[in-house]
Amino acid sequence: MARLTSLAEAISENVHDGDTVAMEGFTHLIPYAAGHEVIRQGKKDLFLIRMTPDILYDQLIGTGAARGMKFSWGGNPGVGSLHRFRDAVENQWPRPLEIEEHSHAAMANAYEAGAANLPFAMLRGYIGADLTKVNPNIKQVTCPFTGEVLAAVPAIRPDVTIIHALRADRKGNVLLEGIVGVQKEAVLGAKRSIVTVEEIVNELNPPSPNSVVLPSWAVTAVVEVPGGAFPSYAQGYYPRSNAFYIAWDEIARDRDTFQAWIEENIMKARPEDFAKHAKKAA
Amino acid sequence: MSDFTPTEMMTIAASRALTNDDVCFVGIGAPSAACNIARLTHAPDITLIYESGTVGTKPDVLPLSIGDGELCDTALFTVSVPEMFRYWLQGGRITTGFLGGAQIDRFANLNTTVVGPYDHPKVRLPGGGGAPEIASNCGQIFITMALSKRGFVDKLNFITSMGHGEGGNHRERLGIKTKGPTRVITDICMLEPDPVTKELTVVSIHQGVTRQQIIENCGWPIKFAETVIDTPVPTETELQTLRDINARTKKAHQGTKEAA
Repeated sequence: MARLTSLAEAISENVHDGDTVAMEGFTHLIPYAAGHEVIRQGKKDLFLIRMTPDILYDQLIGTGAARGMKFSWGGNPGVGSLHRFRDAVENQWPRPLEIEEHSHAAMANAYEAGAANLPFAMLRGYIGADLTKVNPNIKQVTCPFTGEVLAAVPAIRPDVTIIHALRADRKGNVLLEGIVGVQKEAVLGAKRSIVTVEEIVNELNPPSPNSVVLPSWAVTAVVEVPGGAFPSYAQGYYPRSNAFYIAWDEIARDRDTFQAWIEENIMKARPEDFAKHAKKAA
Repeated sequence: MSDFTPTEMMTIAASRALTNDDVCFVGIGAPSAACNIARLTHAPDITLIYESGTVGTKPDVLPLSIGDGELCDTALFTVSVPEMFRYWLQGGRITTGFLGGAQIDRFANLNTTVVGPYDHPKVRLPGGGGAPEIASNCGQIFITMALSKRGFVDKLNFITSMGHGEGGNHRERLGIKTKGPTRVITDICMLEPDPVTKELTVVSIHQGVTRQQIIENCGWPIKFAETVIDTPVPTETELQTLRDINARTKKAHQGTKEAA
């Protein structure tokens, strides 16, 4: 059964130095508050996994928390580069970053294989693409029935997956809606999982029998952090702050302004500070 | 209409490539603008799909990211990302993929990964995202990007997604059954692959542009098709639709800039 706890406890108990960590969210429901707590607690040597590492992973990389990253698209969507990610790859600042790069289709399949307890995923993919030349974890498998050669990638099995969801009940059952990305697969494929939610309610009342629900017995820790996805968004609660994503470009471009921002907005901040963003719901 | 910018011409020319019957996988940026102009003008029933899982979406403003709430709010339905890539894309349900890129070569291969060597890149770009499988699994591919020497290069450092590979029947030889890139829409002209060699050649030139300009802005010695037409200029409706959605988008993406 999931333990309802504080963010500080959830992170200190479940995220260890050197862990493989997936903080998922496909634009929607990105677990910013939890990621900031990881930085605040000084976790190090993490191997990060995410299909679309955006600002949160830029922050983790820029603060030196990561030794490596497995990903399929590393940019600031609609804005441009992730400057801290670029600085790490191009100039090894603040430390070298080992990268394992895939396509979205391969990552999505690999998460699904992890949830399904399979050792690898296969897809009709990477045809004519150069990633196969630089990533030894992209291999081939031959269909035993037709002889077709398909791409194969290892299943994703994180030590810990961290996601943000809309709400949970007091038993720790969790509801996600809207753009649900790969979060269900990322949680089910992980050894441990932390879910932050906008609110904890008495009755979950899923809006449809087919709603995406993660039952309490498949989750390790649940934490109420209103606004915890900002500047990403929570469907029905508050919109994406596109203005902040645009502003990040300037903040992260320069090492000094980046470090000043981290000091002010992460090291001196608390999880409760995210609540002000939730209150702006339309 | 004669008063329009090259970018406006590019977006509108790109939008015309789409039809009402298309099921289109939409890349962010220029492709997203073109696809929505098509939907708001001549192709109201087009199905627009973004890789975040939103199917049949009808955004009122252009999304900044491929997963803005606007896309989910206006979609017919939204699926998980594994379902998107497995059932709908790999399942062969998408007629057209619309991509942009940082660099393209004469066979419409795209690079959005690195400039310079992969291990020690001069510029690390965001990477492929959905493009490698969009390029092989959609019925055909349209590409839109401004024509420049930096973007249209003689040789790519890295092939992120395959177009026509080394040209000729390279796709066929690799067992790919889809058409690959059939049109490239730039800000000054349109290109299509030669039917045999698959080398991109100029088929249509936008108003006020000379052949010399096209030659000077391309990184390889670009060829012209036997018949080259003048791209029809934007209509009043097309231009107004584009400017309206751009204005709505700009307004929507501004807002309070506060820190997390």
